[in-house]
Amino acid sequence: MNLKPATLKQIDEVITHYPVKRSATLPLLHLVQEDAGWISTEAIEWVAAKLELPPINIYEVVTFYPMFRQKPIGRRHIKVCRTLSCALTGGYKVCEQFQQEFGCRPGEVSADGEVTIEFVECLASCGSGPVVLIDDDLHERVDAAKVKALSDQIKTAAQGRPAT
Amino acid sequence: MPAPVQRRLIFAHIDEPGYTNDLPCYLQHGGYAVMKKALARKPEELIDEVKKSGLRGRGGAGFSCGLKWTLVDRKSGKPIYLIVNADESEPGTFKDRYIIHQDPHQLIEGTMISCFANNVKQAYIYIRGEMPHGARILEKAIQEARAANLVGKNILGSNYSCDLFVHRGAGAYICGEETGLIESLEGKRANPRIKPPYFPAVLGLYQCPTIVNNVETLCHVKHIVDMGGEAYTKIGTPNNTGTRIFCVSGHVQRPGYYEFEAGRITMGQLLNEVCGGPRPGRTFKAVIPGGSSAKIMRFGERYKGKRKVGAELVDYDWGVEDVPMDFDSLGMIGTMGGSGGVIVMDDSVNMVEALANINAFYSHESCGQCTPCREGSLWMKKITSRMVHGEAREQDAALLKNVADQIPGRTICAFGEACSWPTQSFLAKFGDEFKGYAEAKKTKPAAMPLI
Repeated sequence: MNLKPATLKQIDEVITHYPVKRSATLPLLHLVQEDAGWISTEAIEWVAAKLELPPINIYEVVTFYPMFRQKPIGRRHIKVCRTLSCALTGGYKVCEQFQQEFGCRPGEVSADGEVTIEFVECLASCGSGPVVLIDDDLHERVDAAKVKALSDQIKTAAQGRPAT
Repeated sequence: MPAPVQRRLIFAHIDEPGYTNDLPCYLQHGGYAVMKKALARKPEELIDEVKKSGLRGRGGAGFSCGLKWTLVDRKSGKPIYLIVNADESEPGTFKDRYIIHQDPHQLIEGTMISCFANNVKQAYIYIRGEMPHGARILEKAIQEARAANLVGKNILGSNYSCDLFVHRGAGAYICGEETGLIESLEGKRANPRIKPPYFPAVLGLYQCPTIVNNVETLCHVKHIVDMGGEAYTKIGTPNNTGTRIFCVSGHVQRPGYYEFEAGRITMGQLLNEVCGGPRPGRTFKAVIPGGSSAKIMRFGERYKGKRKVGAELVDYDWGVEDVPMDFDSLGMIGTMGGSGGVIVMDDSVNMVEALANINAFYSHESCGQCTPCREGSLWMKKITSRMVHGEAREQDAALLKNVADQIPGRTICAFGEACSWPTQSFLAKFGDEFKGYAEAKKTKPAAMPLI
């Protein structure tokens, strides 16, 4: 595993929070995913070794929790809330519009590698729906105009990025 | 009768201009003064105050907080843990988000007082993964508190030590169930544990006695210790003491969060006056009063029976609008106050489609260890989705009821009830819409796709 020194430091620190090492499974997976973008088989084995566990104990956790992913996603992660309160105020339309903007379906990576759209369950901001979480930032009362504005922002930022 | 004014106890500083979530601001507003006083008292006295207060858990079940604390095994010699349940994920509920983001020190103070009262040496805040900023805000707040000796070793020279860490979930609703949460904190899949024997109060985290309390509940503890349990009972109504935060979402003019004395406001006052009523040209059709698993109420229906007022039994005959928003009244009419998440639907909504949306949620979130829940929630989703997107048959209503009726009581945790109550109650209240759906969807297409 090629993790950043800062990540390794955080990993060693977070393990000290628990009397039993296995408890650090979720925190370690979060840190690895934030660093590497996704959780590879190598990462599962690395976390298992770090916590002195058989890899299956990590694998079963990765496959259980929706936020852990076993393949790379786009550079920006758009999560649209699907659940009732947001749906009542237009969540499905918002998700569809994002798909049109970026030409990809939920779970896919857009052709330019820029975004992955996900239709997720309740984001616990039901009073200001429809809500969308882009990377770590929550956007509230998202209507058609807001989807357009957010999409344009993402596209503009992508243009400014040097080709990789 | 006009709606009462809000009584903001927990949300006193939410959205207050100039109020920031850092320690200096909290201290300026009298922060940690209650904890200081509490540290000078006997822990048993603090537990007594909470018992006297009648505080009921704000996570959903409404279980007595004092009783929960009393059940903790203090003789085993094992360490006692406290876990803050900040895994707020019951659809329709969004109160804890604002406490965490805007007033994290209130939560930390309430938590540390509760830890001291219960002789806890290590506590965790289990926050849902979808609140990354919330987790960072809490971590920063704990660091500030630790640096000021309000958390950690020998707190304010009291000889009492207790540390507090933030633990992030990763998108699984079932982690809100306390034993699932404990499994998750142990680094495992969040499969809830069977009770008995795994009552957290006896065999919780690492098989040690463990208290799991909701964010809002722990904030109430701070206010109870501040004013005294007796004084706290003066807020609200008997057996429903203190304030309640209602999270209103869906089809009202002013959705949002509102804090009132428990039992002092009716559904009608809340929706019509506080939230401004239905959207222009619309009428209310149905409301889910306590998070998406709570049984639905249909506008126009009446609830009749006898209820206790003081020592007397009196008749009641309520419409949806007349029902007081407290645990007991909502329980009496066959639904629940739950987490305070009020989801409103107006006459533009077709109930088959709304149920299909809810069923998709529960099907996605079942942990999968009990067959009735895993398969039942999946089939309820498949049937309702097929009704919307494919062929709707007249016998679907009976089929759905048959599936739903086979789940509750046959699962390890209350998710079995949570996933079947929507289907059972939608069918009981709106059975006609399910039977007539095949026709209805041809003549009246959905205003807003829900599935």
